[in-house]
Amino acid sequence: MIWILDITMLFFLVVCAIAAISIKDLLSSIIILSAYSLIMAIVWVEMHSVDVGFTEAAVGAGITTVLFIATLARTEGRSED
Amino acid sequence: MSRIQESVIIRTVVRITVPFIQLFALYVIMHGASGPGGGFQGGVIFGAAIILYAMIFGIAEGKKKMSDALDKILASTGLVIYAATGLACIIFGGMFLQYSAVPLLPDPAEVSKYLIDLVEIGIGITVLAVMISLFFDISPPESEPEGAEE
Repeated sequence: MIWILDITMLFFLVVCAIAAISIKDLLSSIIILSAYSLIMAIVWVEMHSVDVGFTEAAVGAGITTVLFIATLARTEGRSED
Repeated sequence: MSRIQESVIIRTVVRITVPFIQLFALYVIMHGASGPGGGFQGGVIFGAAIILYAMIFGIAEGKKKMSDALDKILASTGLVIYAATGLACIIFGGMFLQYSAVPLLPDPAEVSKYLIDLVEIGIGITVLAVMISLFFDISPPESEPEGAEE
């Protein structure tokens, strides 16, 4: 455990999470969510849970982003609220 | 055809990298028992490689490589491999997925190693087929620009 790396990563995680729910443009929201998943994968690996980090990187940052963007291409791309 | 799909650089890079992504996916599947990875992760990476190909070369071109009928066949084949391995263990007198019960080789540990790999391959095939069919079902029709913002 490298605590300064942990603190930095968790700080970026919180920033990404708040940005993802507060931003109006949905495409930016998806990209930030993808960055959130990538940081989460780094945190998992740093906590010696390589298997979970692997799944997070492959599913969270990879497939989910593609599926969200494909969904976005069929809809408007702006949040109503 | 969107602007990104016409780019020579992107098309060439995708054509070169897709085989390596698929090779890495096979590595992840086969080393799932001894290291990080496994059937699910490997299947997702393999599916992502084909999704990348379909995204850049167009949905119609992707469906030529991976048709809906092939998707259905692969998804059910993986399930059959998994279930058949588990049921074979029951037939030879063990519990479901108790690999050492199958008298395939003299050493039970050796049998267990090979059957775990077989189960991982089954999981991987199903996951890759389901991921690709999810993408094909969700993605917009060919006339609209596809993945243009990415």
